[in-house]
Amino acid sequence: MQTADLELVNLTKRYGETVAVDRIDRRIPGGTYVCLLGPSGCGKSSTLRMIAGHEIASEGAILLDKRDVTYLAPAKRGTAMMFQNYALFPHLSVVDNVAFSLKMKGVAQDARRSQAGEMLELVDMTAFADRMPAQLSGGQQQRVALARALITRPQVLLLDEPLSALDPFLRVRMRAELRRLQRELGITFLHVTHGQDEALALADEIIVMNAARIEQAGPPRDVYNAPRTAFVARFLGGHNVITQPGGDITVRSDEIRLDDSGAARLSGQVTGVEFQGMHVAISAQMPGQSDITALVPEARYFAAPKQPGDAIGIDWDDASAHRLDA
Amino acid sequence: MTAETEVLSDSHPAERTERAPRRMSRHVVGWLLASPLTVILAAFLILPIITIVVVSFWGATEFSIYPAFQFDNYEFLFSSPVTYTVFLNTFKYAAITWVCTLLIGFTVAYFLAFHIRSLNWQIALFLLCTIPFWTSNIIRMISWIPFLGRNGIGNTALINAGIIDEPLEWLLYSDFAVILAFVHLYTLFMVVPIFNSMMRIDRSLLEAARDNGASGWQTLWNVVIPLCKPGIMIGTIFVITLVMGDFITVRFMSGSQSANVGRLISNDIGLLQYPSAAATAVVLLCTVLLVIAILMRFVDIRKEL
Repeated sequence: MQTADLELVNLTKRYGETVAVDRIDRRIPGGTYVCLLGPSGCGKSSTLRMIAGHEIASEGAILLDKRDVTYLAPAKRGTAMMFQNYALFPHLSVVDNVAFSLKMKGVAQDARRSQAGEMLELVDMTAFADRMPAQLSGGQQQRVALARALITRPQVLLLDEPLSALDPFLRVRMRAELRRLQRELGITFLHVTHGQDEALALADEIIVMNAARIEQAGPPRDVYNAPRTAFVARFLGGHNVITQPGGDITVRSDEIRLDDSGAARLSGQVTGVEFQGMHVAISAQMPGQSDITALVPEARYFAAPKQPGDAIGIDWDDASAHRLDA
Repeated sequence: MTAETEVLSDSHPAERTERAPRRMSRHVVGWLLASPLTVILAAFLILPIITIVVVSFWGATEFSIYPAFQFDNYEFLFSSPVTYTVFLNTFKYAAITWVCTLLIGFTVAYFLAFHIRSLNWQIALFLLCTIPFWTSNIIRMISWIPFLGRNGIGNTALINAGIIDEPLEWLLYSDFAVILAFVHLYTLFMVVPIFNSMMRIDRSLLEAARDNGASGWQTLWNVVIPLCKPGIMIGTIFVITLVMGDFITVRFMSGSQSANVGRLISNDIGLLQYPSAAATAVVLLCTVLLVIAILMRFVDIRKEL
């Protein structure tokens, strides 16, 4: 399958007075696994639905493979969508669900069943071809929905919170599966999620959205290690936002050192201690700061344990401090 | 049961035997709870049907009815060509009415379910549909007469508009009038169950169909109609049983010129020929049950209930 760039140009969606998506610009190279990350109501789903063609952009353009698809019908864009609740047709068997788009095109029954069979093989669901959707588990339904979306040979697969309906164990397994499929097919996956662990684990590129705008975008490691705003730092987690005379900085929780010598940069009081296995998370309050969390390797913590209410001093290397724009 | 009482009952075997009948009575309570409905159904549904079946085997003369077990009534019924004509006519009314109510009912339900976005408007328009039901069947039927009559509103309007020169004769006291009244009376019975089925359709299914390249008609045919089948079937059962059991609409709107099975029975009753009426009723009941049994073969409506 060929790879095609997806480009969003000044993309805007308004619902009456409210602006759901506000002048987004982004170019996504073909064959990328992109995660659109943000809290609920940040405009990520609206963006996805505009790309899919289930919402019409109020302004701006969507280009796929240098072709303007902004106002095309969903099936004419080269995109396919996998819905949050999978949206399988309850009255059709698994194989007929997968073959639905071929039936709409007028492909003969035998031909479309055999093509659907190939797709089911891809998602490892051949054995379930004759079942009805209601007889499948959540993970199996998701595979069928994937097969149904992929049979249209899309250049971009749009996934709307695909893992949110699964239990945590299955979620981890399915995300590995998604990543494998994306590599095999070599097409762009655009995956909307509000879980930062999911986004970090899967994506080649993450786009963090907040309040209808793109807050920051880039490879997950770059974004994680160099959050541009306090929002990104807090949303991705594992970061402390510390107010300094020259402006706010962020320091990763595992880069925070405990220092009781009195020479520490900040001091305050322990408010909570949580054992997390490999680490112990110590939360503390410092005057003039929001809550600070330090992740201390458990062996080092138990060498000098702390209790809530104890005095605590913290320090960090200048190299691990990162200045925020806002 | 707490551990304490367990210990107590172990140490006092007498107490355990005392409790046994109480557990039995739970069974009895269950039966008692089910009995009111059973009694009502038995007294007002099963008993009358049994009576009708029994009476259908009785004999009758011009002035008396006598208990018997004979097949005279059925013999007469099945040997008379009138029976077949009338049954055929009943089926014709049922079939035409079914097609009309289905088309209108489906369209109305579709409009309410998919085109009206706000729930308040849906409720308001739905209530609007039920307003005709605030008056009785007979009044709704009779109110057609001044409209359809030879010099009625319909004919007058058509003549004044220059569309016709002579009043249309078939508007009133005809099969057209009968079916018009049936459709008017019973379309809502089609709208309600179909609307109910449609409201259960997940809207993302329609988007998924569009995403898979289905046009509007393809979505209707491949997604909406299959998912509405249970509603269509329930509406069908309502309409068919109502039309097949009707006699007053046919009498009024056909001006006593057409007959259906209901009128056959009502005529027999008018002549005090109860055994003959009962036999016709039994045959009609069996016919309707047969039709429903055939319909149920096509669609499983249990999941809708």
